[in-house]
Amino acid sequence: MATTEARLTATTVKANMLRPPRSLWSDAWYQFRRHQLAMAGLIVLSFLIIATLVGPYVWPTKMDAIDFAQSLQGPSADHPFGTDDLGRDIFARSLWGGRVSIAVGLTAVIIAITLGMTIGSLAGYFGRLDNPLMRLTDLFLSLPILPLLLIIIYLFRDTLRAMFGPEVGIFIMIVTVIGVLQWMPVARLVRAQFLSLKQKEFVEAARAVGDPDSRIIIKHIIPNVLSPVLVAATIGVGGAILTESTLSFLGLGFPPDVPTWGRLLYDATNFIEIAPHWVLFPGFLIFITVLSINYVGDGLRDALDPRKTG
Amino acid sequence: MGRYVVRRLLIAIPTLLVISFVIYAILALAPIDPLSQFGADPRVPAEVRERIRDSLGLNQPWPLRYVKWVTAMFRGDFGVSFMSHSSVGDLIAQRLPNTLAVVGVAYILGVLMGIPVGMISAIKRYSFFDHAATTLAFMGFSVPTFFTGLLLIIIFGIKLRWFPFIYSSTLQVHDLASLGQQIKQSIMPITVLALFDVATIARYVRAEMLEHLPLDYVRTARGKGLMERFVVLRHVLRNSLIPVVTLVALGVPAVFGGAIVTEQVFRVPGIGELLVTSIGNGDIPVVATVVFIFAVLVVLFNLLADILYAVLDPRIRYS
Repeated sequence: MATTEARLTATTVKANMLRPPRSLWSDAWYQFRRHQLAMAGLIVLSFLIIATLVGPYVWPTKMDAIDFAQSLQGPSADHPFGTDDLGRDIFARSLWGGRVSIAVGLTAVIIAITLGMTIGSLAGYFGRLDNPLMRLTDLFLSLPILPLLLIIIYLFRDTLRAMFGPEVGIFIMIVTVIGVLQWMPVARLVRAQFLSLKQKEFVEAARAVGDPDSRIIIKHIIPNVLSPVLVAATIGVGGAILTESTLSFLGLGFPPDVPTWGRLLYDATNFIEIAPHWVLFPGFLIFITVLSINYVGDGLRDALDPRKTG
Repeated sequence: MGRYVVRRLLIAIPTLLVISFVIYAILALAPIDPLSQFGADPRVPAEVRERIRDSLGLNQPWPLRYVKWVTAMFRGDFGVSFMSHSSVGDLIAQRLPNTLAVVGVAYILGVLMGIPVGMISAIKRYSFFDHAATTLAFMGFSVPTFFTGLLLIIIFGIKLRWFPFIYSSTLQVHDLASLGQQIKQSIMPITVLALFDVATIARYVRAEMLEHLPLDYVRTARGKGLMERFVVLRHVLRNSLIPVVTLVALGVPAVFGGAIVTEQVFRVPGIGELLVTSIGNGDIPVVATVVFIFAVLVVLFNLLADILYAVLDPRIRYS
């Protein structure tokens, strides 16, 4: 009897030792799965991303196939989202447009986060740089974002189109302009975290071992500020998608042959009385995408907050 | 306190100067000719075009033009529109009442509705009301205002025919019937903007109230036998509203920015619509002035938010 018991304890101890250690990310994932709306958002979002990536190759109708006999038709089996004034399939155009809209959102946020993290960590770590960099941040925060976006895009789009071609040129411009006008909140967040973290013992220990500043910043402090930045980035993707669709809706985004969701809506407004489906489907896609992203961001915020884990 | 306000004002002036310089530099360095539409007309001889450029001062170096523009603005002279040849100041003065009638009313409604919604959400946390309000608020942030606008146009303008979906600027309010028409045509744009504002403000009020509800001073207030209504309204709400006031002030410029889109959807002839059409026409004096006005709004309301915060919260002491 006693021996079996001892053997049992030994196996459980062994099993415990074999189990991989719990990390912050696995804890966060465990917490995230319990947030039902965030999980729903993640599923919807994955579905949308896969659909826009694979869809254009699978869906038989081409997005620029013109068929005047079928113009302005409502939803049907052949055209689930209906057709536009040239008889093009809105479903195919929405799939392609989603690809552009999501790519713009992600790239713009990567630019904003990179800029924000760099400026925020420099300002937070090096006391000498703090004041000038924060003045710069304040100045950027005082810029009227939407009007500036509009004029920059209007004024420079022909030049960029000539340099990189109509699609890539506009893409580079929109992504850069949105990114360059959105880094300020991230910079403030990162700076605030740096100011408190650089006083901590582990930073002192790293310095005592002789680590250079660059290694302290990258290896020791930045991993500790990643979770709030990740939440901000997630929500930022939704914001960037909204901004891109707003610009396209005002006629200052992508050219007509690149059907982003905002551009589809802009083209649809003149036909709103006869073809409301043309407005409804792309608009609904923007709404669902941004809503899912916001729920995922909310779930991440809860999951990455160590005070809530329990 | 007084010294803090003065210092903030002194920072605001150079900030505005730098912003005005950035705006002007972007417009001046852009590879686009303000006379391009005019110049494309082959009937205009080259020397006439040159004379027009001279009369508009476009042949001077742009830093000089910038200095002239800024000093003229100080005197209240915003220049002359290239397209309509009327003074920019007059154009804006014509458009501003339309914008204020829609944006202003929507924002006031949004604040007045957002505070009670957020308050009830926080007190009755996880109740049906809270879940409904939270869901609606998430939707409010996630839906682009132009889509809400188009949706309202489809439902109430086209299907039900309740409201006109193009805003008529020639409408003069002189009796009850025309007042009714004015209200009817304003309902949809105001709803679109107010929905977004309610969502933002309700979320913020809820978060602030939840932060305050478990604090000791609330327990003390309850412990001394105060009625729950007074505990919430006099103690929790008052303290929670301090950051909300700053949020409301900070939100004003963003609301004007959002109006650009809403005005475009409903064809409201406000300053946002003026900006979009002037950009399309390459009308540099109008664009520069309107963008600068937006910048003034941002700086002004940032300043106001900081000052209000200092006035309302005696714990904040600025040296």
